[in-house]
Amino acid sequence: MSTTTLQPQLSRRSFLAGTSAVAGGLVVSFHIPFANAQDGIPEVNAWVVIRPDDTVVIRIARSEMGQGTLTGLAQLVAEELECNWAKVTTEYPTPGQNLARKRVWGNFATGGSRGIRESHDYVRKGGATARIMLVQAAADGWGVPAAECVAANSVITHKASGRKTTYGKVAAAAARLTPPDAASIVLKDPKTWKLAGKRLARLDTVKKTTGAQDYGIDLQLPDLLNAAIKDCPVFGGKLRSFNAAAIEGRPGVKKVVQVGDSAVAVVADTWWRAKSALDALPIEWDDGPNAQASSATIRDFLKAGLDAKEAIVGNANGDAPAAIAGAARKIEAVYAYPYQNHATLEPMNATARWTPERCEVWVPTQNGEAALAAAAEASGLPPAKCEVYKLYLGGGFGRRGRSDFVTQAVQIAKAMPGTPVKMIWSREEDMQHGSYHPVTQCKLTAGLDAQGNVTGLHMRISGQSILATVAPQNIKDGKDPVVFQGLDKAGGAEAAIGYSFPNLLIDHAMRNPHVPAGFWRGVNLNHNAIYLESFIDEIAHATGQDPLALRRKLMANSPKHLAVLNAVAERAGWGTPAPKGVFRGLAQTMGFGSYVAACAEVSVSDDGQLRIHRIVAATDPGHAVNPQQIEAQVEGSFSYGLSAALFGEITVKDGAVEQKNFDSYPVVRMADMPKVETIVLPSGGFWGGVGEPTIAVAAPAVLNAIFAATGRRIRELPLRQHSLKRA
Amino acid sequence: MAKLNVNGKVREFEAEPDTPLLWVLREQLSLTGTKYGCGIAQCGACTVHIDGAPVRSCVRPLASLEGKEKIVTIEGLSKNGSHPVQKAWAKLDVPQCGFCQSGMIMAVSALLKTKPNPSDADIDAAITNICRCGTYNRVRAAIKVVAKGGATKMAKLSIQHADGSTT
Repeated sequence: MSTTTLQPQLSRRSFLAGTSAVAGGLVVSFHIPFANAQDGIPEVNAWVVIRPDDTVVIRIARSEMGQGTLTGLAQLVAEELECNWAKVTTEYPTPGQNLARKRVWGNFATGGSRGIRESHDYVRKGGATARIMLVQAAADGWGVPAAECVAANSVITHKASGRKTTYGKVAAAAARLTPPDAASIVLKDPKTWKLAGKRLARLDTVKKTTGAQDYGIDLQLPDLLNAAIKDCPVFGGKLRSFNAAAIEGRPGVKKVVQVGDSAVAVVADTWWRAKSALDALPIEWDDGPNAQASSATIRDFLKAGLDAKEAIVGNANGDAPAAIAGAARKIEAVYAYPYQNHATLEPMNATARWTPERCEVWVPTQNGEAALAAAAEASGLPPAKCEVYKLYLGGGFGRRGRSDFVTQAVQIAKAMPGTPVKMIWSREEDMQHGSYHPVTQCKLTAGLDAQGNVTGLHMRISGQSILATVAPQNIKDGKDPVVFQGLDKAGGAEAAIGYSFPNLLIDHAMRNPHVPAGFWRGVNLNHNAIYLESFIDEIAHATGQDPLALRRKLMANSPKHLAVLNAVAERAGWGTPAPKGVFRGLAQTMGFGSYVAACAEVSVSDDGQLRIHRIVAATDPGHAVNPQQIEAQVEGSFSYGLSAALFGEITVKDGAVEQKNFDSYPVVRMADMPKVETIVLPSGGFWGGVGEPTIAVAAPAVLNAIFAATGRRIRELPLRQHSLKRA
Repeated sequence: MAKLNVNGKVREFEAEPDTPLLWVLREQLSLTGTKYGCGIAQCGACTVHIDGAPVRSCVRPLASLEGKEKIVTIEGLSKNGSHPVQKAWAKLDVPQCGFCQSGMIMAVSALLKTKPNPSDADIDAAITNICRCGTYNRVRAAIKVVAKGGATKMAKLSIQHADGSTT
């Protein structure tokens, strides 16, 4: 524990907060709309507010969308804070507050499985800093050195005298101290954790069982109006005209608004009335330059990239083309992965209120700061005159990292100055205006020597770059590095390939169709793992090797990759007889900083009905903050990944998405869901993500098991388009 | 003025006859626990009980209701989340994002009323709600826990609760 003497400090913040206790919080509530604004309690530091009744409010910057980050981050803060977990609550600081306080809470973006792995250090230091200040305040009160005091469970004890006090009693005094130097803070050894690393219940469960949890779509405000919107179904098209007179006089309708140059919205008192009126509104579209595009034209466009001379190298060693050319034997296969929509169960929505002086947005977002920037741009106001209030997300999966719906909501609100307007997309709008999992194809070519050893491997990916849609400024020299997820060189990479080949070439021919691509849970790891893990299985069968034995041979230099693979093989009983009619398949990869593997057990009936009985999964995320929630994430990721593998396909006709709802875009339901056994293997020393990595091994493990069961190698998804009758 | 009996109270409101019950509940009656997910009875997020039976309220127009039916939404399932299904859900940390869970809980509570000890096949057939987070295995585990009178340990999740209990 630090023995630094902390000096009282009268900052503007504590002055305001202190004043509020007298002034009734009116002034402060504008500046600090937090728990401390409501009851005049100053924060101990940016991360922690403690009330006199010992209630602990932990500030969470990342968005909770089901992945459990809210609870996990609170566990990390509370671990260092040494507070009573039973009295912990949480709150979101706002993006506007973060801006005003020079990003004291760091990055708000919640994607790439980064919630915990990117913020574990500073949130723990935030908890530790608050603890040091609380202990110091108690010590000051007793006139003893802080070093003689210990804190546990929100109680501070002076060991020598046995005196005790609680966090709630000293929080106000602690808030006036100068925080200790961040560099002086020593975090606990994870081996001594009492809250982090434990199978704690989530903090946000109960309200989700009673209907009391409000999501963005549920927001209610005084005088709130509702808007339904239609954007041009063809990407790149525009709104030509609409006939507002045709819906004049319909109940509840207030206004018809053009939104940007491609969309039209109806504003009404209720959303159902807005939506019904919009459905009745005659609209003419200018389909623009992409009206001829279809899934077939996109397929051909990508196919040409498989053999294109120009490609960007992602990972290479030796001379793979020469090795393959001189090989005794060659194996080649072409794979493809279709567009997927996120299809969060809560459709996109945002609520905005605009005046010439201020713009406020209430939105379920994975990226509060990007939402604030979008609000500022759309409102024509500086960010300091805008604010975003983050609401709970009914699913995110990457879609809510975008802010297109924020822009629309603000554009609509500008047409109704002073009145809050809640814009909700219909499911059909949501299906047709996604930020889709990119489409790719892949040609894999292996050269083998006379003994069946791989002498060279060439993996050519042709297809869409996500960054080309969402962040073109991050493409350097034509290279989108995210394309090579799971295929990067070993040594420090967060998504390194686990195999070693004497000659390797992995390259990408970028082909960007007009359909907007986005980050979709698992991102590029999804198809990369399908391509490589299926092809490794092909090599094993072509050379008469056991798929596990071949992988072990190729992964000798990747002990962490190998450890999770060995774990699933052992738990699943690889090499021992499976139940009659049941066949096994393996897959492994690394992504988002974690090592993952799966063994799937499937059966296929004589008439081709697939049943996935069980998937054994293992993940090594370095540190496991809440193992029961990691298990939930693994199961959930499998459901999401298998939805894509079994059923999911967004197709394009006349430039527009053909699917409109869950009847044409089916997803995994209860009856499709396999039993999942998860092995959490935290090996320590690094921090990996949890929400996404395992998604990538579900599909290839199942595909490899299907091959074992039927002799059919499925190289193009979704599975529902293939007959699985025994070959 | 239309009338419906919702959660034990007669409620009066103005709405067009083609308005789906879902939107009457959410907008006219401010009962937002019942969710919109698809509007075509595919996802089940809008499930409520009408005279005890699970109904996807997004395709049930107001005109098809007489007003005498007893409609129960998630808000009226129990006081303070005390229904055995809600309790099992909380003990096993079933929800992730939670958006589908109102509908899921309403569908499950209706199933357990007619089949107190459902088989896996019964569950697969009756619970066709969509959960994009993929909570299905915990949903199944929680249904079985309720069927066995709340024996949470059988789910083998070892979840530590703030009150010191482990389920």
